[in-house]
Amino acid sequence: MTGETNDLMTGTTTDRPAGTLLRVVAAGSVDDGKSTLIGRLLHDSCAVPDDQLAALLAAGHERGTGLDLSLLTDGLRAEREQGITIDVAYRYFATPRRSFVLIDTPGHVQYTRNMVTGASTADAALLLVDVRTGLTDQTRRHAALVAALGVRHVLLVVNKMDLADWAEPAYRAVEREFGALAERLGLAAPAVVPVSAATGDNVVEPSTAMPWYPGGPLLARLEECAAAPADDRPARLPVQVVLRAGEYRGYAGRIESGVLRPGDEVVALPSGGRGRIAAIDDAGGELAEAGAGRSVVVRLHEDLDISRGELLAPAADAPRPTRDLTGTVCWFSPRPLRVGDRLLVRHGTQVTRAVVRAIGDRFDPATAGRLPGAAELELNALAEVTLRTMAELPVDAYRQHRATGAFLLLDEHDGDTLGAGMARGQDRAA
Amino acid sequence: MTTLAEPPRPTLAEPSPRPPGTLRAPVRDGHLNDLRDEAIHVLREVAGQFDRPALLFSGGKDSVLVLHLALLAFRPAPLPFPLLHVDTGHNFPEVLAFRDAAAERAGARLLVARVQDSIDAGRVRERPDGLRNPLQTVTLLDAVAEHRFDALIGGARRDEDRARAKERIFSLRDEFGQWDPRRQRPELWQLYNGRHLPGEHLRVFPLSNWTELDVWRYLAREDVALPALYRAHRRRVLRRDGMWLPESPHVPLRAGERVEERLVRYRTVGDVTCTGAVESSAADYPAIVTEVALSRTTERGATRADDRVGQAAMEDRKREGYF
Repeated sequence: MTGETNDLMTGTTTDRPAGTLLRVVAAGSVDDGKSTLIGRLLHDSCAVPDDQLAALLAAGHERGTGLDLSLLTDGLRAEREQGITIDVAYRYFATPRRSFVLIDTPGHVQYTRNMVTGASTADAALLLVDVRTGLTDQTRRHAALVAALGVRHVLLVVNKMDLADWAEPAYRAVEREFGALAERLGLAAPAVVPVSAATGDNVVEPSTAMPWYPGGPLLARLEECAAAPADDRPARLPVQVVLRAGEYRGYAGRIESGVLRPGDEVVALPSGGRGRIAAIDDAGGELAEAGAGRSVVVRLHEDLDISRGELLAPAADAPRPTRDLTGTVCWFSPRPLRVGDRLLVRHGTQVTRAVVRAIGDRFDPATAGRLPGAAELELNALAEVTLRTMAELPVDAYRQHRATGAFLLLDEHDGDTLGAGMARGQDRAA
Repeated sequence: MTTLAEPPRPTLAEPSPRPPGTLRAPVRDGHLNDLRDEAIHVLREVAGQFDRPALLFSGGKDSVLVLHLALLAFRPAPLPFPLLHVDTGHNFPEVLAFRDAAAERAGARLLVARVQDSIDAGRVRERPDGLRNPLQTVTLLDAVAEHRFDALIGGARRDEDRARAKERIFSLRDEFGQWDPRRQRPELWQLYNGRHLPGEHLRVFPLSNWTELDVWRYLAREDVALPALYRAHRRRVLRRDGMWLPESPHVPLRAGERVEERLVRYRTVGDVTCTGAVESSAADYPAIVTEVALSRTTERGATRADDRVGQAAMEDRKREGYF
């Protein structure tokens, strides 16, 4: 809990103090109770405004269903009609200990793109499982996506314990099954919490029905999730726009990782121009240093020809621009991706053309193993893809630098987002 | 400060609201800076990706905040887009005066598209209930076509409504200006994709992740100027549908209604005919922030007649192209 008082006007903090915002995504198979769990978290934390609660009660009364907490996030007409979640919903609430964004996502395989949308910005993922059915293909798919996206905290939430007589053996079976999956996917020792979203047991309040469970309720576990560790990575700043006014010339963008200070030697990539930082401005004024998350304007001593699309990085620790891009790709389009296809790649603030060189092994949701490479990548499939790009891209490994390791695949014609990729990174020898 | 230390255990049959006097959200200043910098990042993406963007500006608190952030995002360079207001003809005169003065202070070009012009041209017809908010959509889309805007920046927030909670930050509209919630683009990380076909445009929402309380806390912290009707003032009002509507030529009295003077303020500002005031004595920023933090209703539930029409009122209007 540091760094809260000195940044009132200047925004000079570089850290995100423990206890700040936690973005939590709920994932898992359809009907495992994601929307109800989010509704339950909001409701039992007393975070539902009176008028919304009244509307909810009225709706429940009209349908004779009683209070249906899933309707707090399933706000679209089609969602209420079908009783499913189609698109991501974002809800905001806070406890005395922490602020949260709760991100509800669809469980249906056909809406995987919306689940990935919600998970891509999350700090923590709640992976829901119905204790009666255990893991499904969709649970394994979502677990693999959460692992690939690098969501920092993963909690397995074993739901519907009320429908399994609160029985420990049923819970333990799911816990064991998930343990094996987590190990396969490289998820570090995830916490496992038994709950009933429908009754509220062990969600906000501890449950008296499960005395055999030693851990605290779900909300307490979320409040305890550690904040991101101090950022000691080299700085990365994709240039969004160049600001000019009279003598003033600055490169505006958000610092995606690391810290920048006046005097730092930086290189602009892929052009390769070098310069020294003269000043860093943000909304509050000139800064002595600026860290990840800050939107700033960087002024250089030298007059470099830099425009949108360039990346500023420390001259001593910059990614090597390359035209060969390999990464794990999640494909969102009903039209399969094939070797030889041409599309656009968006990386940082740059967009360039690319051609698909190879499609590697695919993730198999039935076994959480790998299926041998095919000539094409189908809707919602996850596989390693190699691209050759027209322009050079300064790509980092996604594991180290999320913003400069991530890329989108876009349709050349209408610009639609067809897929998302997480770069493997390159060997740094060269 | 009271806390939520021991909320009562609610059950399905008997939901328990927040205990009286508890604050809704303890928010830290670092959080406000994060929200500010996220919004600035989004606004710079608009400048970087579009040829003809515009900022929707009504003089309401959310659009005032977006303008404030846009000036920060591009200074010392001038604002790289004009302001656009869709004027229903039923606006509060003091808000229109504020709008003009704010645009001038910002050195921004202000374009006004008038619903009255659409009515005169036969593009839309006045509704029997006199509400003009639903008519704005046609005027707005006509302005998009006339000025060939490819992006419209709006102050909508996800916490306002369940349909808005489903909204992307960069949201594609087809050539009819329509939003199709089933066909929203995936939006990963903060890689906002503004590419589109000719005739299509995007709506961009830099305040997506702000709550009402965040907005007030930030405006208070930076002491941003707002139209005076957000502060408590005495006003001649009448009671209708559980709301205090202002005495106005646009709000003819119905049988049984009478005008009385009350101490009120506005939580949202829009069309005179459907924006209700709330009784309040909060006359400055600290008092307003406290009032909003203690509030147990949403701003829309409390003050907007047009949002009460049905469970999916906002979704239906968004589909048609409403902002």
